[in-house]
Amino acid sequence: MTTVTRSLSTNQPAPAARKWVGRAGMYLLTIALSAMFLFPFFWTVSTSLKKAVELIAYPPTLLPQQLMWENYTRIWNVGMSISFAQFFLNSTIVTGLALIGQVLTAFLVAYGFARFRFPGRNFLFALLLSTMILPPHVTIIPLFVLFRQFHWIDTFLPLIVPSFFGGGAFTIFLIRQFIMTLPRELDEAALIDGASRISILWHIILPNAGPVLATAAIFGFIGHWNQFLEPLIFLNSARKYTVPLGLWFLRQQEGVAGLPEDNLLMAASVLATLPIVIVFFIAQKYFVQGIAMSGLKG
Amino acid sequence: MATSASHAPVAADRPIWSFWSGRPSMSRMQRLEAFQGYLLISPWLIGFFVFILGPMLASFYYSFTLYNVQTVPRFVGLYHYIYAFTSDNLFWVSVKRTLMWSAMTVPLGIVGALFAAILLNNKLKGMAFYRTSFFLPHLTPVVAASILWMWILQPDIGILNSLLDGVGIRGPKWLQSIQWAMPALAMISLWTGIGGNKMLIFLAGLQAIPDTLYEAADIDGASRWQKFVNITLPMISPAMFFNLILGVIASFQVFGMAFVTTKGGPAYATYFYALHLYQQAFVSFDMGYGSALAWIFFVAVLALTLLQLWLQKRWVYYEGAV
Repeated sequence: MTTVTRSLSTNQPAPAARKWVGRAGMYLLTIALSAMFLFPFFWTVSTSLKKAVELIAYPPTLLPQQLMWENYTRIWNVGMSISFAQFFLNSTIVTGLALIGQVLTAFLVAYGFARFRFPGRNFLFALLLSTMILPPHVTIIPLFVLFRQFHWIDTFLPLIVPSFFGGGAFTIFLIRQFIMTLPRELDEAALIDGASRISILWHIILPNAGPVLATAAIFGFIGHWNQFLEPLIFLNSARKYTVPLGLWFLRQQEGVAGLPEDNLLMAASVLATLPIVIVFFIAQKYFVQGIAMSGLKG
Repeated sequence: MATSASHAPVAADRPIWSFWSGRPSMSRMQRLEAFQGYLLISPWLIGFFVFILGPMLASFYYSFTLYNVQTVPRFVGLYHYIYAFTSDNLFWVSVKRTLMWSAMTVPLGIVGALFAAILLNNKLKGMAFYRTSFFLPHLTPVVAASILWMWILQPDIGILNSLLDGVGIRGPKWLQSIQWAMPALAMISLWTGIGGNKMLIFLAGLQAIPDTLYEAADIDGASRWQKFVNITLPMISPAMFFNLILGVIASFQVFGMAFVTTKGGPAYATYFYALHLYQQAFVSFDMGYGSALAWIFFVAVLALTLLQLWLQKRWVYYEGAV
């Protein structure tokens, strides 16, 4: 449409050749930058499939001379008392349970904020939003003291239980914004028909909320799976470590052993990232929707 | 029409629009609604008291005490605050490193994300692929990102220095060099950050700009640059403000990447504030001093956020507000 308006303007229309060159440049830049962003992934996968002796080759070989798939089985069962499989199991338990609590309670809280009138609602909602900028460092020390009194240190509970209390400001905000976009008339018609508030949530809001709950679940999944500071502080024994913490632990071990086992570390990094990448590819569109929704109205 | 007989009387006497009337005293229905509302938000409200407000007050109290978790806290007044500002050299080192980090990564992160968003807002074939490539680093667990970059930046056999070697440049020791450790960390953080949420927020902002604005500017013979400065920038300034607030706060909290790669070194070159706090609280178990550091941090973040909120009216353009 710009070409149409341009021909109406007093300006000289851009020559077709110049336009073509501009477009080719755009492609070149975009592809080059994409390659730069992807290269570290390629390099990690490539390294993870190399033999240990190939790691010290200089200049490095771009592709493995021989594909060492057993690097992956080796890191999966590191030997010792712990294994990457154990980290995976731990992360699955923590992420799964925390996610259930997060989405379930955030949905209830969001419904409360979106559809109910009660004194102090706007103040409480502003308070909720303001917790989004609260750095975790401010509360982590007393939380450590609190969980220690509960005898929860070195258990999964500190990583799971807090998620059952609303699931965090971002999740509530996201779902609340969505419920606000649903027409209130549906609720009111159901109320006149004598439906209870909870059956409105179940029969009217929930059937429409699939996409936003999926978005919340995906963000929650990534948040819990990638969490590092909290497990670092609340877990002590290596066999309870989550995947990121286990990865960090293996990295420490490597220094101790003094062996160039970077190929195994790379395999571990690939395994740690894979679930996230899979979830992302399955649910790409929810990502963009979710961020756009929260960002624009934030 | 009532689904159950017992609900019918309630539904019949319910004045649907009564909550608009603004009557000072609440009707029975309004009280019920308020009660149900509180009930629904109660998980968050309880969580707020137990996991946020309570801990904040507790850490405020601890910050005036000597406390190592094993013994009862002993009150020492302002000792920790005075110590931090007057005697703790590492406190000032960590403040300086953190400010340098913010000054380096926040502007680069925002400009980079905006540039990426503009690039990815073009109508090119294969756009979904490019967007995914830009976004994927953002999803990588920070420990994995750190480990793979340590391998790339390995001074002697790493791929980056090997490539630099190829064009005749002798690469620095990156994470092991006092001068290069922070720029190297910034590079990792830009890799994970540029294509992430910031870019998507800009992208959403760009897509919300009506085409008619650009068409009108075309009729007036505006150049690409003029359109960028006079249309694009004002229209996405709310997105930029959002990114700036969250970007500054996030940059202050930098921890995981430095913790995994450099542990604050070499020679404290990447000793960020959060590392100092972690060191005091969870290595030395000086919970009192750690809490004081946490509160200094919190007040700084709060003050900076309020300052930005106050400054925003000078440069953020909200459509329909003028």
